[in-house]
Amino acid sequence: MDIIVCLKQVPGTTQVKIDPQTNTLVRQGIKNITNPFDTYALEAAIRLKEQYGGKVTAISMGPPQADEMLREAISLGADEAILLSDRAFAGADTLATSYTLARAITKIEKYDLIICGRQTIDGDTGQVGPELAEMLSLPFVAYVSKIEEINNGQMRVQRMIEEGYEVIEAPLPAVISVVKEINVPRLPSLRGITRAKSAVIPAWGAKELDADQDRVGLAGSATRVIKIFFPQRGKRAEILQGSPQSQVASLVTKLRENGLI
Amino acid sequence: MGIRVDLDKCTGCGDCVQSCPFGVIEIVEGKAHISEHCTLCGTCLDVCSYGAISIETAHEAAATDDNHQGIWVFAETRNGNLKSVDYELLARGRELANTLKAELSAVCFGYQISDVEQLIAHGADKVYLIDDPALANHQEDLYLSQFTRLIKEHKPEIVIAGATALGRSFIPRVAAILKTGLTADCTDLEVDTEKRLLLQTRPTFGGNIMATIVCQAKRPQMATVRPRVFKKKAPDNERMGQIIKVDFNKEGVTSRTRLLNFVENLTERVKIEDADIIISGGRGLGKAENFHLMEELAAVMGAAVGSSRAAVDEGWIPYSHQVGQTGKTVCPRLYIACGISGAVQHLAGMQTSDTIVAINNDPNAPIFEVATYGIVGDLFEVVPLLIEKLRDNLL
Ligand SMILES: Cc1cc2nc3c(=O)[nH]c(=O)nc-3n(C[C@H](O)[C@H](O)[C@H](O)COP(=O)(O)OP(=O)(O)OC[C@H]3O[C@@H](n4cnc5c(N)ncnc54)[C@H](O)[C@@H]3O)c2cc1C
Ligand SMILES: Nc1ncnc2c1ncn2[C@@H]1O[C@H](COP(=O)(O)O)[C@@H](O)[C@H]1O
Repeated sequence: MDIIVCLKQVPGTTQVKIDPQTNTLVRQGIKNITNPFDTYALEAAIRLKEQYGGKVTAISMGPPQADEMLREAISLGADEAILLSDRAFAGADTLATSYTLARAITKIEKYDLIICGRQTIDGDTGQVGPELAEMLSLPFVAYVSKIEEINNGQMRVQRMIEEGYEVIEAPLPAVISVVKEINVPRLPSLRGITRAKSAVIPAWGAKELDADQDRVGLAGSATRVIKIFFPQRGKRAEILQGSPQSQVASLVTKLRENGLI
Repeated sequence: MGIRVDLDKCTGCGDCVQSCPFGVIEIVEGKAHISEHCTLCGTCLDVCSYGAISIETAHEAAATDDNHQGIWVFAETRNGNLKSVDYELLARGRELANTLKAELSAVCFGYQISDVEQLIAHGADKVYLIDDPALANHQEDLYLSQFTRLIKEHKPEIVIAGATALGRSFIPRVAAILKTGLTADCTDLEVDTEKRLLLQTRPTFGGNIMATIVCQAKRPQMATVRPRVFKKKAPDNERMGQIIKVDFNKEGVTSRTRLLNFVENLTERVKIEDADIIISGGRGLGKAENFHLMEELAAVMGAAVGSSRAAVDEGWIPYSHQVGQTGKTVCPRLYIACGISGAVQHLAGMQTSDTIVAINNDPNAPIFEVATYGIVGDLFEVVPLLIEKLRDNLL
């Protein structure tokens, strides 16, 4: 089982604060982290390797500092990592990102399964997995919460949908995206950390990928951001005063007046 | 490629630093320095008085292919029934079509679909319908081939679909085949009539930032839209429209994925995405058993039970109840948040609710910023009183 995991480095947005004066993101003190959903993807890959043997390769498209994230992936159990980095890749939307990842995966050549996170927490689209699958002409299953079995070149997985979950079978190679219900990621091992320090992580640019210049980065992106703004919050709540009894009484009155009960 | 600062023109005034929503510009030795985290959003270009910042692309966007016409809504079905998101998209699609003076079509796949005329009653001029046993189980590979074929044949200029599990999974693959742009999870759609551009607004960075996105040169312009952000309209059963039955094209299409089994989630008595009233509990409940309070309140109000992610992560309630960024988007008439702080990711899933009530012991909790009515107090005191009061009222 040769598995490729797609990882992205993102700002740790749980702590993202808006500066009320300038109305911009406060970046100070915000660390870059591995996109949380991608840690489940990596863990799923490592577990499959432990069960079925094979190799895990972590890939990421991003600026040079994504190297540190890939080292972390190695410390957790990835065998190899490849960084896709080039000025020409900047400003990529999901179409250009998945094209670039697809070029890299084609170059890697040997793979049975490609695992993505369900979505990133900065871009938040969840589109890279399915678009990547299509560019590689591979079957795709989104929102995988359990890999039941891999046998005879077929995988059987559970995937979450609104109404419950489905059990789906598909031939390998395939692309899946995983949700956090799939596992609890491990911590890095001491041996892993040592290995990560000395690991050689190649950086591939547009040339190495033999990529069409018109399909990467901003040039290859079909979408453009034309405006950025901060969500308008409505006006503050009317705070109901008094003892708990009178708070509840006035709430019930308000709800009745508005025809809600 | 990328963003450039012309050091001769840059005066180091710092206007760009102030403007950058992502905080990636610094003044270094009197000149603006833009870090690699730049998303190329272009905000700084507009504020720079010296024209010192530019974004280069290898090529200017090619001219729009203007053979494309009309707005399409992908109308999802499940077990032969239309979904409510279909009506929501048609309601907004109708308005956009009127503004653009364009035709609105619905595309509907499934097997033994009832009420197809309802798509017309809710605003469609045309319905492309493929009703075939092969499409009963929404096998995505089959949906993909049929939808792509129809788009190539009829060339709509705009295609929108619900950001449901199905839509978010197969629509990106359609966009990849057509090599066009797709904007995920939109919460607002407008049109620029002059340029015939779809202005697609969506939350990013966990709901901290809103971005308006366009697809300039490629057609169709495609977007998935969160369920429950647009309101469905009352049907007009007199509306005239055309139902075009299309044959399922079997040529060269087999589904590589096979559905073996479906296990329905039974913990939800009332589905939160369809509920009129939602009682939602968060970490403030303290432990799993206390969700009983939520259920009791829900029972007297005929409501569904929702929760924040914190409560789901604690294992107090299954994921299907989670409201927010990575849970469900809901838009009930009444949302009662108990012991929920109102993290931006939670707000992203419920702030369009008509009336929001927050019960929280922390007067500074952000939930009070979006709530209509707030009670600052201990939920273990307030909620039982509320249950009692409502029971009395019903008697
Ligand atoms: C990528 C990403 C996606 C996310 N997606 C979601 C999502 O979809 N949905 C979601 O909800 N969250 C989501 N989150 C998590 C979110 O950031 C918050 O962590 C979460 O919403 C907090 O839940 P909470 O309000 O229940 O808990 P807390 O923030 O811990 O708040 C508990 C509140 O209860 C109050 N309280 C305590 N005791 C009492 C009492 N006795 N009476 C009254 N009030 C009391 C406290 O004052 C506090 O305000 C996401 C985070 C990330 C990073
Ligand atoms: N730049 C990237 N490099 C590697 N993988 C990525 C990148 N962007 C997205 N992905 C993968 O695609 C998934 C979905 O990302 P997104 O479409 O941005 O929400 C992520 O969870 C990753 O697994």
